[in-house]
Amino acid sequence: MLEHVPALQVALPLVAAPLIVLVRSRRFAWLATTVVSYLCLLFSIQLAWRVAASGPVSYAIGSWPPPWGIEYRVDALSAFVLVAVSLTASFVAPYAQRSIAVEVARDRQYLMYAMYCLSLAGLLGIVITGDAFNLFVFLEISSLASYVLVALGQRRQALMAAYQYMLMGTVGATFYVIGVGLLYLMTGTLNLVDMAERLRAVEDARPVLVALAFITVGMGLKLALFPLHHWLPNAYAYAPSMATAFLAATGTKVSVYVLLRYYFTVFDPVPLFSHLPTEEVFVALSVAAMIVASFIAVFEKDVKRLFAWSSVAQIGYITLGIGVDNQSSLTGSIVHLLNHGVTKGAIFLLLGGVALRAGLAALPLRSLAGLGRRMPLTAFGLVIAGLSLVGVPGTAGFITKWYLVLGALERGWWWLVAAIVGSSLIAVAYVWRVVEAMYLHPGDAGAPHRREAPPAMLAAAGAMVLLCVYFGFETGFSVGGAADAAAFLLRGLR
Amino acid sequence: MSTVAGHYSYWMTIVLIVAGMYILIARGNLMKKLLGLAVLQSSVYLLYIAPAKLLGGTAPIVAQGYTVYSNPLPHVLILTAIVVGVATLALGLAMVVRIREAYGSIEEDEILARDRADDDRAPDGAR
Repeated sequence: MLEHVPALQVALPLVAAPLIVLVRSRRFAWLATTVVSYLCLLFSIQLAWRVAASGPVSYAIGSWPPPWGIEYRVDALSAFVLVAVSLTASFVAPYAQRSIAVEVARDRQYLMYAMYCLSLAGLLGIVITGDAFNLFVFLEISSLASYVLVALGQRRQALMAAYQYMLMGTVGATFYVIGVGLLYLMTGTLNLVDMAERLRAVEDARPVLVALAFITVGMGLKLALFPLHHWLPNAYAYAPSMATAFLAATGTKVSVYVLLRYYFTVFDPVPLFSHLPTEEVFVALSVAAMIVASFIAVFEKDVKRLFAWSSVAQIGYITLGIGVDNQSSLTGSIVHLLNHGVTKGAIFLLLGGVALRAGLAALPLRSLAGLGRRMPLTAFGLVIAGLSLVGVPGTAGFITKWYLVLGALERGWWWLVAAIVGSSLIAVAYVWRVVEAMYLHPGDAGAPHRREAPPAMLAAAGAMVLLCVYFGFETGFSVGGAADAAAFLLRGLR
Repeated sequence: MSTVAGHYSYWMTIVLIVAGMYILIARGNLMKKLLGLAVLQSSVYLLYIAPAKLLGGTAPIVAQGYTVYSNPLPHVLILTAIVVGVATLALGLAMVVRIREAYGSIEEDEILARDRADDDRAPDGAR
């Protein structure tokens, strides 16, 4: 049984989705989703433990040996991302019941759970598979499910946001598969490990460079790399609360994982960082994201959009580590996949509770007025998570920035340290606007007193807030796992 | 001449990519954008299939008298890609139907204008 865990990791949510559609009961849907999410977390922890103990785990689907069959391969990087994704899922699933009950029409609620399971299956599949084309299929499974999750938002703008997300996401996936096609033509293999070996013989051929370009732009669209982020603010703002929290914490992160996998393992023999301006491009775009998107967040009127723009900026931190390209910066990048997931997940879960109690489909900044008195725990959670966004010591965000700054210093790039600090200062400005609205503006006199979000929602969101602080002090798993993954990437596949 | 005629399928792939992207970007009609997406996706099919097919090649079944075989793997991959493409288009069309129900239009600029008008009227975003 235990040797089939890599397959079960994906198969379980994949099977749960059609089951939920067949049974059509909301109660069963929620129960199945929660059980599946927790089992996925167990599986991913078991895999991470196995990888740490005895190196990469390889699983041949249908017993067809790689490189001919599809291989599921778990190494230090994929184990870390698997845990990060399923950890988020295990908080979102128990939260979902009350949130979906209010935000989604009754007859569509079970579909929401089914889509969530499909999306989870796709995301886990992307991370675990060692096959380039299989990755594309999982990419589309998770993306199509995400489009539906966004489209199920309450306002009609959600439909348009989902449509635009779908257009850009599909272009991204198509570009990715064009890149894979070119690589297949040059190497004759789809197994990522095998492909890396064979690329050595053709490393300077132009199709390989074109493939690199297509995959970079394609995944750049999926991960909302500035300036390809256009779909993100609307999609996050209009999606149902639970979908926003799940997508913000996992969707873009998994796309970053794909980029890391291609850059540091598949294209490793290609003289990527010496002959091409990869470094310059990534540093320039990341710094632009960190500064510009943070500025836009400062002037945003809607709270969900404000934090969506902040996501674009935070993705800038993640890609910055790829551009700086050393052990410390990559550790910062990879640990931020988890840290930012936890932080943004917590924020959007809390905002879901606020929207539920306020009875609003949208959350303009002024609707937070008096929240410090009405929902003291929620407001306090938002402050803590906000501090983690800024990167205050003692929170998860600080750990990331610490490693990014270390990486920049190792390269002797003082200006980059200034940019990181500068963007954090702008983050102080937008987080302060939220804090100011919650604590310094009196609420309506007629507003109900002290009504926290339902306990199940508050508990899930609160647990994620606690994780923001936990990962700020206890970095054994987060930084330890990320440093292993970074060392693995820099060593390449050999 | 050989770079043009000999790489005919690659040139067509490029034409399809560029045409698809152009329609996607330049057209404001949501249906036409989906058509552009379909054209873009069909470029992938050609990119995979054309190099895998050998002139005079048969299905890869060992039999007397046949020595030239086509590569079956890209064909199978594209079968999967076509299914993905169909699913994407189906979802896209369903969304266009829903957008038309909600806004009464499938022209991007009209929809965005209506959204802006909404924002001006109800800044609190009440349900």
